[in-house]
Amino acid sequence: MIIGDILSATLIFAVPLMLVALGGMFSERSGVVNIALEGIMIMGALAACLFLRYVDDAGFDEKYRQLYVLAAIVIAGVVGILYSQLLAFASIKLKSNQVISGTALNMLAPALSVVVTWNIQGTAQTTILIPSWVRISPEALGITADNVLTTFLFKSLFLTTPIAFLILILSIFFLYRTKTGLRLRACGEHPQAADSVGVNVYKMRYLGVGISGFLAGIGGIAYTMAAGSGFLSTVAGYGFLALAVMIFGNWKPVNILFASFFFAFFRIISFYSKSLTFLPKFENLVSSEYIYLIMPYLVTMIILVLTSKRSRAPKAEGIPYDKGRR
Amino acid sequence: MKRRRTFNTALMTTILSAVGAIIIGLVIGYLFLLITNPERAWWGVIRILTIGLSNPTKIAKVLYQAMPLICTGLSVAFAFRTGLFNIGATGQYTIGAFFALFTGIQLQLPWYLAIIAAMIGGAVWGAIPGICKALFNVNEVITTIMFNWIAVFAVNMAFTNLPMLVVDYWGKSSIRDRSPVLADANANAVLPKLGLDELLSSNLVNIGIFVAIIVAVIIWVLLQKTAFGYEIKACGYNRDASRYAGINAKRNIIYSMMIAGALAGLGGSLYYLSGTGQYTFVKVLLPAGFNGIPVALLANSHPIGVIVSALFISYIQVGGDALQPRFVRENIDIIIGVIIYVSAFALLLKIWFGKLFMRRSLSAYSLRDDDTSPPEHDQPDDANEKDGEKR
Repeated sequence: MIIGDILSATLIFAVPLMLVALGGMFSERSGVVNIALEGIMIMGALAACLFLRYVDDAGFDEKYRQLYVLAAIVIAGVVGILYSQLLAFASIKLKSNQVISGTALNMLAPALSVVVTWNIQGTAQTTILIPSWVRISPEALGITADNVLTTFLFKSLFLTTPIAFLILILSIFFLYRTKTGLRLRACGEHPQAADSVGVNVYKMRYLGVGISGFLAGIGGIAYTMAAGSGFLSTVAGYGFLALAVMIFGNWKPVNILFASFFFAFFRIISFYSKSLTFLPKFENLVSSEYIYLIMPYLVTMIILVLTSKRSRAPKAEGIPYDKGRR
Repeated sequence: MKRRRTFNTALMTTILSAVGAIIIGLVIGYLFLLITNPERAWWGVIRILTIGLSNPTKIAKVLYQAMPLICTGLSVAFAFRTGLFNIGATGQYTIGAFFALFTGIQLQLPWYLAIIAAMIGGAVWGAIPGICKALFNVNEVITTIMFNWIAVFAVNMAFTNLPMLVVDYWGKSSIRDRSPVLADANANAVLPKLGLDELLSSNLVNIGIFVAIIVAVIIWVLLQKTAFGYEIKACGYNRDASRYAGINAKRNIIYSMMIAGALAGLGGSLYYLSGTGQYTFVKVLLPAGFNGIPVALLANSHPIGVIVSALFISYIQVGGDALQPRFVRENIDIIIGVIIYVSAFALLLKIWFGKLFMRRSLSAYSLRDDDTSPPEHDQPDDANEKDGEKR
C-alpha cells in the first residue's frame, strides 16, 4: 500500500502549495510581487489554530465538527487578507520596494506568531496543538474499501482539499471569464494602458494582493493540518516553495496545479526514499533524502534558464504604479 | 560651499530616516511588551537598550554576533548598489561555513586558508544567480531563494557524508547531528584571540570582528574610490544608461554577485571559525544570512553604515536575550521587522525629513545629491528594458 500512501501524502502537501501559488499568481498578475506569502501563511495558520484550539477547549457539538473547520479556514483567509494589506499599503500607496516590504513581513510574521502564542498559551508554550478531529476519516464518509484509489483520496483527507479544488476552478473562471479578472491581468501587464481606459489600477492591485492574502492564509492552515499535530510558528519554507511552484507553473492556474503536484511528489519521495525499492539507493551516501529535496529546486532552475526567453511573467510586476509616469 | 552644505543635509536626512525607522520599531516593540506585561514593559525597553553595554561579557557578545552580520549586511548592500536584491546571503553564508569547516577540519589547514576557501565557495554560490541574471535575465530574487534551499540541503548532505565533519568522529560526544568542536578537531583553524578574551573576559571575541570591519572599509574604498566601484554604482542607478555609456553591465552583475557571495561566505567562516558555534544539520535557513537584509537597509547600503547598523542589530538582539524569560526574545524580531518595513518606504521618510531641514533652501537638489540611497527606487527604469524583466 506504499504507493497509496505516497499518493495520499503528495495530495495533502500539494494542496497548500497550490493554494499559496495561486495566491501569488493573483498578486503578481495584478503587478505586485508577493514575497510575503510565507509570512501570510504563518499568520493565517496561527489564527486558525488558535480558533480550533479554543473550540476544542470550550467544548463543541460533535455533529458540526467540519463546520468549525470551515470557520477556521475562513478565519485563516480573513487574517491572511488583513496581513497582506500591510504589503498592499506599503507597495501600492507608499510605493515602497515590494521585495523589501515582503521580506519585512516575512520576518515579522514568525516573531509575531511566537509572541502571540507565548502570551496566549503561557511562557515557553510555543506549540499550538491541533485537535485530531479536524481530519475527515474514511469511516465517517462510509468508505470501507481499501485500495490504492481510496487510500489516495481518503487516507488523510481534510476539508481544505475539496475547498482547494473549488478555489482552483473559481480562480480559472475569475481570471479568464470575468471583467474584473481581465482588468486585474491588464494591471500586471500594462497599468498605464489599463488606467487610460478607466481601470483603477490601485484598486485592482489591492484586490490582487487581497486575494493572495486570502489564499495564502488558507494555504497556511492547509499546510499545518497536513504537517501533523502542531503549529510551531513556521510553515517550513512552503511560502517560498510556492513561489517556485508559481513560476514553474508560468503564472497560469492549471499549470500551477501540475507544478504543485510535481513539487509535493519530490518532497514526499524524499521522506520515503529509504523504503522505496524502485528508487536509486545511492548506497555510498549517508543521507540520500537530500538529493530528492534538492531535485525540484534544481529542475525549476534549469527550466527557468531554458525558458527564460518564453517566460510569461507579468510585465509590470514589481513596479509601483505612478499615475504621472507614461 | 553650497555643495558641501547639501551633502551634509543629505547625510543628515539619511541618518534621520534610519533613526526614525528605529524609533518607530522600538515604539511598536514597546507596545507589544505593554500588552504582554504592562508592569515590566518599561523595564523591558530599558533592558533592551542598556544590557549590551552593561558589562564586558555582553560587549563581547555584541561584537561576536555583529561579526557575521557585518559580512552578510555588506553582501546584501553590495548587491543593492548594483541594483540586485541578494536574498541568497543565507545560502552563501551556509556554503561559506561548510567550506571553512571543510578546509579547517578535513584538510587540517589553518584559519586564514579556511577563510579564503569560504570566500571562494560563497563567491561561486553567488556567481550562479549572477550568471542566470546576466545571461538569461532570470530574476535574481527567485534564484537566490532557491539557491538558499539547495545550499542547506547540499551542505547537510556533504557534512553527513564526511565522517571527520561530524562531532562523534572526535570521540567526545556520540551525537551525530552537528559539526565538531573546532578546537578538538584542529586548534590551528580557530581564529586567534589576541588577548581580547582576557580583556573582555569572554571566549566569544576574536580577531574576526576586526577582519569584518577591515573588509567593510575595503568595500567602501572599492565602491567610492575605484573605477570598478563607479561602474557598479552606475549599473545600480540606471542599467540602460550605464550600458549606453559603455559599461559592461552583464559582467558587472556577475562580479557584483560574486563579491556579495564572497562577503556572505566570509561571514559564515568567521562565525564558525570562532570555535564557539557548531553547525547543526537541520533543514532550516540560518537567520544570520537573513539578518543581513535589515542591516543593509538600515545602513542605506553604505559599507561604513553597515558596521554601525550591524552593531545596533546585534546590540538589541543581546538585549532581547536578556528579556527572557519574562518576555520572549522574538519581541526583538518584531522590532527588526518593523524597522525594515518602515525603511522600505524610507524614501518617503527622507522626503519628509528633507523638507523639515530645508524649509529655506531647495529640497529637490539635496535629494538628487544623496548618493547613498539604495538603487531600488530605480527599478522602474531597469524593468522598462525592451525585453522586460523575465524570470
